[in-house]
Amino acid sequence: MAMSGSFDELWGMNGGAVRPEFEAVGDWLDQTPVVELARRQSAAEAAFRSLGITFKVYGDEQAGERIIPFDIIPRVFSATEWDRLSQGLEQRVRAINLFIADVYGPRHILNDKVVPSEIVLSNPQFCIPAAGAKPPHDIYAHICGIDIVRTGPEDFFVLEDNARTPSGVSYMLENREAMLRLCPELFARFAVQPIDTYPDLLRSTLFSVAPRGAHDPVCVLLTPGHYNSAFYEHSFLADSMGIELVEGHDLEVVDDLVWMRTIEGLVRVDVIYRRIDDAFLDPLVFNPESGLGVPGLMAAYRAGNVTIVNAPGTGIADDKAIYSFMPEIVKYYMGEEAKLPNVETWRCREPEALAYTLANLDKVVVKLVDGSGGYGMLVGPTASKKEIGAFRAALIAEPHRYIAQPTLALSTVPTLTDAGIAPRHVDFRPFVLSGAEDVTIVPGGLTRVALDHGSLVVNSSQGGGTKDSLIIAPPPREEEQHALPYRR
Amino acid sequence: MLSRTAANLYWIGRYMERAEFTTRLIHATLRLSSLSYGAHATTAAWESALAVVGRGPPPGEVPASGATAFNVCRTLALDSDNPNSVRECLAKARNNARSARNAITAELWEAINLAWLDVRDRTSPGGVQTTLSMVQSLKANSRGFEGALVQMLRHESFWFMRLGSAIERGDNTARLLDVKYYLLLPDTEKVGGALDRDQWTAILETVSARNAYRLLYHEGLKPWLVADMLLFRRELPRSVIGASSEVVDLLAAIGGRTGRQGEADRQARLRHSRLSETNIDEVFSNGLHEFLKDYLAENGKVDAAISKQFRFP
Repeated sequence: MAMSGSFDELWGMNGGAVRPEFEAVGDWLDQTPVVELARRQSAAEAAFRSLGITFKVYGDEQAGERIIPFDIIPRVFSATEWDRLSQGLEQRVRAINLFIADVYGPRHILNDKVVPSEIVLSNPQFCIPAAGAKPPHDIYAHICGIDIVRTGPEDFFVLEDNARTPSGVSYMLENREAMLRLCPELFARFAVQPIDTYPDLLRSTLFSVAPRGAHDPVCVLLTPGHYNSAFYEHSFLADSMGIELVEGHDLEVVDDLVWMRTIEGLVRVDVIYRRIDDAFLDPLVFNPESGLGVPGLMAAYRAGNVTIVNAPGTGIADDKAIYSFMPEIVKYYMGEEAKLPNVETWRCREPEALAYTLANLDKVVVKLVDGSGGYGMLVGPTASKKEIGAFRAALIAEPHRYIAQPTLALSTVPTLTDAGIAPRHVDFRPFVLSGAEDVTIVPGGLTRVALDHGSLVVNSSQGGGTKDSLIIAPPPREEEQHALPYRR
Repeated sequence: MLSRTAANLYWIGRYMERAEFTTRLIHATLRLSSLSYGAHATTAAWESALAVVGRGPPPGEVPASGATAFNVCRTLALDSDNPNSVRECLAKARNNARSARNAITAELWEAINLAWLDVRDRTSPGGVQTTLSMVQSLKANSRGFEGALVQMLRHESFWFMRLGSAIERGDNTARLLDVKYYLLLPDTEKVGGALDRDQWTAILETVSARNAYRLLYHEGLKPWLVADMLLFRRELPRSVIGASSEVVDLLAAIGGRTGRQGEADRQARLRHSRLSETNIDEVFSNGLHEFLKDYLAENGKVDAAISKQFRFP
């Protein structure tokens, strides 16, 4: 049943039998009638709508708020697969943090010419006001969403690093809540690792990175407000962590200290988990028109009096031009090969790469280095002649703004479609937390699925949906037997 | 609690109360106008309803003709040009609730959202029957809000919403009394006649005290007793003194939690003790209108002191 040429995570390669470690999942899928799956799926979507888990599509104001389609058939990873993945993720995120600290500090990696200076220093994502500032505990990217794609049983690749303000974690959590409610038998049959610890883990991460000397630190979540498309996630996270959800005008900076206005007077703020972009953080330093941020915040940050999560300037690590150097960056800081490889990338700023890309526009995927959300992207094999022509012109005009990658045969996962259960392409975004002491990864992530047959674009703004991602717990060791009844 | 959140909650209380009061006003005026004999009396009933919510002509000017049930109901309930129409109040309450979503319960949010969805797509009050059924539905929504509110934990969120509604309630009752007492005594009607009776009944209905009056006073409807009830009977939650006493208690509850009191507490207590030492005879001898005017100004001052004390943005 697998799509020709693609690896299916349940059905294996080329329509073979269900992969041995997932036989039980295959049985569950066989035993549950399609109409029952469809009923559960619409129940889940109705619940999301009434909770208000919606998003807005930019540039399509008439469409109003939509929910992201939810697929009831979960994606399953074995304990071994997850173990490999999480080791690779931890290594990569540690390297990302060291890299950011380096480029805003001593710049060893540029001086050693591992990464060309101009690609960093003249990058629009390089945040000049952050240069020379040291955040408490030297951590910049406290929360990373690393987008992973897969092409075979052992072949995982990093497609993109999201080191600014990655979103989507509320979908991961709400998808699991829906699955627990609608498919309880799955969780009775498999020891699925819990993910509802995420708010607690995030909370400890935030508290651990408070400026030194802050006893009983005060953390807040800074939101652009309830008109923002991700406001549901902001209020959900603040609520489940038990911290205040603040807007820019709730905060003020006096003598490089950040305060929030409460009914009892001003309360000192130590950690700001911000969900607004760098450009809006501080009108005195960045966009002076913005009313979303806090005047003086950057000065407080530079003085070391407040931790901003993620730190200003982390965008330099998720730029697509920097991405192409990630294998070198990991090796430079970690002293070992990257455990999770990159997708092969041609930097169109280099003449040979540009020539190759132009010659193969119908085969490759072309991306804007600073684009996101599936905008500014060409998928060669499915693009029209007109689109290819437009990209050819754009590439020749500004080659440095583009990268190209081979069109990958992304793995598929069985998905409920109008025509029954069929394989659909997926990607995966796990969330990696870096605190003062350690790196933690909640055993799960957001699986995005391209709902159209053959489509490779999983972005929600372009017709993608989401699935729950189950990580099977490793088998308990002998001496832990007594703990069994308490495991899930 | 964030000052902004406290302000959001306070204004949820004020707007929901204003929406409910306006709904009651429409309901009572519908009854009054159907009892009124003659076009002049009917128009006067609707003109006075407009005056209560501050949409009448400036004092001393003659109202422009054309106040009909349809026009006034549309203005009071649905008009988006009227910042105090039920629809606008509910829209603002909902916006405040969205912003303070984490400080209220899911049930309360649902109640406010439901109330908003009910008026969102209405454009016309329709005929009298349609208007009546709309009013019933709006009243039920208000009760849904009140019901969800009393289930909440007794802490700052609850108290700030109640504080907003207590301030608003005192204001509304005083306005109602002020307008009705002076505008609705036409020279041509004998005081104590049939029209008077209907008008006083309408006032009592607006503050949901039609039967309560009979319980508290063993006389027929007397304007000064109605005024006494609306001003000085603590048993009536919508009386001026009832609202004033609630403001004192709520501020004390908040102060007990935060451990500090301020100018708002002082002003609220001062106002309350002054009210407690006054009675209806004194009010009449000094002029009811003057008394109500002073009261409204004072209520505004308490409101400003609350904003200042809790640093509302």
